[in-house]
Amino acid sequence: MPKIKRLLSSSEAILEASDQMMKRDNKLILIGEGINDPKGIFGTTSNLFKIYGKDRVIESPISENGITGVSIGLSINGFKVLLIHQRVEFALLSLEQIINNAAKSFYVSNGKHNVPIVIRMVIGRGWGQGPAHSQSLETVFSSTPGLKVIIPSTPYDAKGMLISSIFDPNPVLILEHRWFHFVKGDVPKRIYKTNLKKPNVILKGNDITVVASSYNINEVIFCSKILKNFGISIEIIDLRVLRPLDTEVIFKSVKKTGRLIVFEIGNKIYGVGGEIISMILEKDFNIFKSSPSRIGLPDSPTPSSRALAEKYYPNSSDILKEISKQLNVNVEVQEKIINLLLDKIPENEIDVPNPEFKGPF
Amino acid sequence: MKSLYKNLFSSLLKLRMTENEIAKKYSEQEMRCPVHLSIGQEAAAVGVCSNLELQDQVYSTHRCHSHYLAKGGDLRSMISELYGKRSGCCGGRGGSMHLMDPSVGMMLSLPIVASIIPIAVGAALSLKLKKKKNVISVFFGDAAVEEGVFHESANFASLNKLPIVFVCENNKYSCFTKINERQPSEDITRLAKCHNISNLRMNGNNLINVYEKSKMIIQQIKKKPEPFFLQLDTYRHVEHCGPNSDDNLNYRGKSELNNWLKDDPLENFIKFLKGENEYDQKIVNEINDKIMIEINSAFKFAKNDKFPNPASIKKFVYA
Repeated sequence: MPKIKRLLSSSEAILEASDQMMKRDNKLILIGEGINDPKGIFGTTSNLFKIYGKDRVIESPISENGITGVSIGLSINGFKVLLIHQRVEFALLSLEQIINNAAKSFYVSNGKHNVPIVIRMVIGRGWGQGPAHSQSLETVFSSTPGLKVIIPSTPYDAKGMLISSIFDPNPVLILEHRWFHFVKGDVPKRIYKTNLKKPNVILKGNDITVVASSYNINEVIFCSKILKNFGISIEIIDLRVLRPLDTEVIFKSVKKTGRLIVFEIGNKIYGVGGEIISMILEKDFNIFKSSPSRIGLPDSPTPSSRALAEKYYPNSSDILKEISKQLNVNVEVQEKIINLLLDKIPENEIDVPNPEFKGPF
Repeated sequence: MKSLYKNLFSSLLKLRMTENEIAKKYSEQEMRCPVHLSIGQEAAAVGVCSNLELQDQVYSTHRCHSHYLAKGGDLRSMISELYGKRSGCCGGRGGSMHLMDPSVGMMLSLPIVASIIPIAVGAALSLKLKKKKNVISVFFGDAAVEEGVFHESANFASLNKLPIVFVCENNKYSCFTKINERQPSEDITRLAKCHNISNLRMNGNNLINVYEKSKMIIQQIKKKPEPFFLQLDTYRHVEHCGPNSDDNLNYRGKSELNNWLKDDPLENFIKFLKGENEYDQKIVNEINDKIMIEINSAFKFAKNDKFPNPASIKKFVYA
């Protein structure tokens, strides 16, 4: 691991990127519900209104579709807008503006109106948030042409991808896992961009490819460390960009390993995994040495109680079981793997972040 | 004829003649997109837009032909768009419900009935942030206030004192459903009042009155930015969507129909001009001929125009 120079949490990285971009571009407007309140969206907008004024950092009425339309109106008149939703479920009220107008204005105007808005949406689990406060809904957005949909997993990308999104002339939707805000990592001070085009291979390996995104990456990294003790090397791909979906990096990896697991942040059925596996099969029907697998949320709404959530969220042991299955690991070794996992993983409640997964990464 | 009257008359007549021509040619099945004609409702568009400067912007809905033309949108590009051709104002990607000509401030039209309203409010916010003395006009129908985003937008505009006129053309029907089956009162200004927005309800078929009132409203907003809600009661002469009458379906009462068809904006304006001793048949004929030439040329252009290149289907998905 390279030496860490400047340790920041993702929320600090997002705040820094927003601050630097606000300073750099006086046509950038922030808008959202609760962005100027004392908690400042997990600390990602804290005090910005004190620096840039309430004209540019707009505390909004509870009008999700309205402010999305307002953002589009600003953006076709020379402004850039960063719109923030404290939970992705609030953005559901704005699907009309996002899907009908943000995604299509450039197309329908034959290239006259582009819509440079960035919509940050907080997703994910924790503390019994329950059915309408902890979804990820990534495929709701990812199925619409004209949108870019990204899902960072590291503080480095949290900053770099947000900056790239603000520079981007298209509507970009950012899905931020609640727990990812606390994850720490190396973040340069300067303004820098990271690409909005491709997944990243974050660990090279030969036996099986595991694609994951957002907070789930941490579970997979954890698994890779355990599997190393058994001579199994996994290649980990951080998906990063859900739309436009570029499967080239994944295809190359699977070409090498012949095996694939897609670990979903959302539901397994009609999920991202189904799309990725289909696109790969369309390119090469004979690519797989064993049936590819999808691990995702079960076909039920998210329960609140931690007793139910325990069974709801797939975890490291589900990944290890699936890897063992695909690699035909014998039962004895499988047992050893699981025992080592139980040994290594700290006692942890399902409704708070695993302390192992806070980084630094 | 005073130049003001001449301009108003020309604009009104151009809208009427253009849409009559669309209706006439629609059965040729070459304009293969829905058309929501404004015939009968044109005084709203002409009355308001005649008070706008180039930098003042207009936003509209599916029924946008009148606003597009009244704001000075290019006729050829409009007709080409209806024919799905390359030189259409949306390059054939939008059709009749998305007319726009940003070069004259006709910014955007959208068919989901209140969908355009928050975007227009955003444009008004951009004026405030840029400290510009312009005004935004957003046109919509009576049913748009039934969608929540109208209220979100009105609240936002009122809260932030934005320079915008909400022009509600009440033609009483959402497709076939009458306003009294959809709202507790036909006085839609009640909804402006609850958002603390100054408002006025008036007959929308009397062009000179609409012109004079909207002149005052727009001047006032330019002096002191804040939203205004203008309800213009009017009536569409043809079906909700398409070139024909659909009154054989009997969804509009006979006496209502007769009264409103008699209250025709074009005839009303001619009557007004005659009353003012400003009607000059020779000038009217000249205007008529000039418009007809322009319309014929636009249709000819559109018919001869090429279709967009099928290979360009993915162009402009991303900037």
